[in-house]
Amino acid sequence: MPVLEIEELKKAFVPPGGTAPVPVVDIGSFSLEAGEQVALSGSSGSGKTTLLHLVAGILAADSGRVRVAGSDMTSLGEAGRDRLRAESIGYIFQTFNLLQGYSCLENVLLGMSFGPGADVAHARSLLGRVGLADRLDYLPRQLSTGQQQRVAVARAVANRPRLVLADEPTGNLDPSNARQALELIRGICTENNAALLLVSHDPAVLASFQRVVSLSELNRAARKEVAP
Amino acid sequence: MTLALLVRRSLRQHLLSTVVTALSLAMAGGLLMSVWVVRKQARETFTGQTGAWDAVLGARGAKLQLVLNALFHLEASAGNVEFSDFEAIATNRAVALAVPIAVGDNYLGYRIVGTRTNLFTEAEASPGRRFVVGKGGRLFEDGYREAVVGSFVAARIGLKVGDTFKPYHGLSFNPKEQHEDEYLVTGILEPSNTPADRVIWIPLEGLQNMTGHAAATATDVSAVLVKLRSPIAGQQLDLLYNKQGNRLTFAWPLGAVLSQLFDKMGWFDKVLELVAYLVVLVAAGSVLASIYNSMSARRRDIAILRALGARRSTVFSAIVLEAAAIAGFGMVGALGFHIAFLSVAAGVIRSQTGVVLSVWSWDPILVAAPLGLVLLGALAGVVPALKAYRSPVAENLVPES
Repeated sequence: MPVLEIEELKKAFVPPGGTAPVPVVDIGSFSLEAGEQVALSGSSGSGKTTLLHLVAGILAADSGRVRVAGSDMTSLGEAGRDRLRAESIGYIFQTFNLLQGYSCLENVLLGMSFGPGADVAHARSLLGRVGLADRLDYLPRQLSTGQQQRVAVARAVANRPRLVLADEPTGNLDPSNARQALELIRGICTENNAALLLVSHDPAVLASFQRVVSLSELNRAARKEVAP
Repeated sequence: MTLALLVRRSLRQHLLSTVVTALSLAMAGGLLMSVWVVRKQARETFTGQTGAWDAVLGARGAKLQLVLNALFHLEASAGNVEFSDFEAIATNRAVALAVPIAVGDNYLGYRIVGTRTNLFTEAEASPGRRFVVGKGGRLFEDGYREAVVGSFVAARIGLKVGDTFKPYHGLSFNPKEQHEDEYLVTGILEPSNTPADRVIWIPLEGLQNMTGHAAATATDVSAVLVKLRSPIAGQQLDLLYNKQGNRLTFAWPLGAVLSQLFDKMGWFDKVLELVAYLVVLVAAGSVLASIYNSMSARRRDIAILRALGARRSTVFSAIVLEAAAIAGFGMVGALGFHIAFLSVAAGVIRSQTGVVLSVWSWDPILVAAPLGLVLLGALAGVVPALKAYRSPVAENLVPES
């Protein structure tokens, strides 16, 4: 059974100053199997982040269906979506989104605490796995950008999620750190047999994936926008 | 564990506003508790401060003024009582003990009271406790120019056994009105925590016959302190002096007379209480404002927490708990402020009236007020918590690509 299934997913927003909703996401069908790693390419404004938010349940869809690990995200209430996100989805952001007042270890533990529960030994082991065993008590601002992204990766996979969403995870990194971060994300997903849906517009990143899906083809709303 | 971590970290991140808000709550809580305790203790201590006396006989006038003058050494005397009236009540079978007092002079602003030695030897300073003259001293002898000094006066103006002083005329100190008579200090009273500590005691005849006092009233006294043989005796004397007679006032029962003082001060009490409640409300408002104003800085963190799977209720609870925690810290400080406020108030009340308030005594308000304020703090946190509850996640995360 696919870890992620999308059917006729639609989302529209009323733009600032506008009155009529403008479609941002309009996807007919898309699926991702366990352990599968897919890169999603697309230009700015093509609805990449909105799609990831819909899949993660951060945004509610206007219509259509998103199934994650067998649960229908679109039929759940907000609390149910929160629970499903905490237990089954790991989210890596372009800007890392680490909590600045919390240490590396606390960032990872917090990620776990909303799901199955905080496991200090597992959190320490994960930070060791990403090369930060000696930085457990460091605050994010005390780390380099590459190290911050590694904490974000550890936090995203701490609950052993079935699906990992990565939104431009290398966008803020230099080429060397970008390569390392990408290898880390993919390696950990492979170890956990987690499906990975990674959004990027970096050709080097896209080239490293066997399956690359163009959002401008997948998303009918994006096609309409770019059409003359 | 998660909520505790969220609250702890948030308090640390907003340390300055946490400290300032907790301090304002501490002062508000301290003020509220102090107002309450001072009011309650003052009433209890004043009404229980009548020592072993049941009544006071004085010139016709207000009972409260008579009691304040005779027992608390406050206010002016309403007039004199003829010595024969003193003798009459002293020999009345309903009376166990009657001791005359005379006032009208001072030394450096401290009241000089003339009396007889049986005030110290036969009466009690407070229930179950007699006056004690400090080591190396003795009581004055009736008829001699000798004085026993209250502990508070002795400490303030440094009088000690063997010192001499010349009294000043009147109840207020005027350097131009010094008497020629010189008095020898024969003893210093041990602290009795009663108004007697604020007085210089001399023989009754000394005050009556002080140089410059009118000879016509030389045998009069200012008031008579009375101990009754039984409560029913009070009713008999009340009838005799207050209802049948019209020259004298018999102030009885003393507790009821003194409660008039607090009834008269009722409006002041209420104003003070209202001010304390207003300060508490303002402090609770500061909790609300401090957290609410920091909400824009917290939006991102809240969105990240939500993206990690935190429920709206978790975010709501964390903010309410944070507000309660700020109030909780404030209440720890409030107990300190309470002790400080009460110490100052007790010092002022003691120096003005001789009545001693206990700074460390237990009162249920010391638990009720902090609990109430923590609850109020938590309630103040509901408004920003609702804002956090409604905060959209997606908009506050990374900008859309």
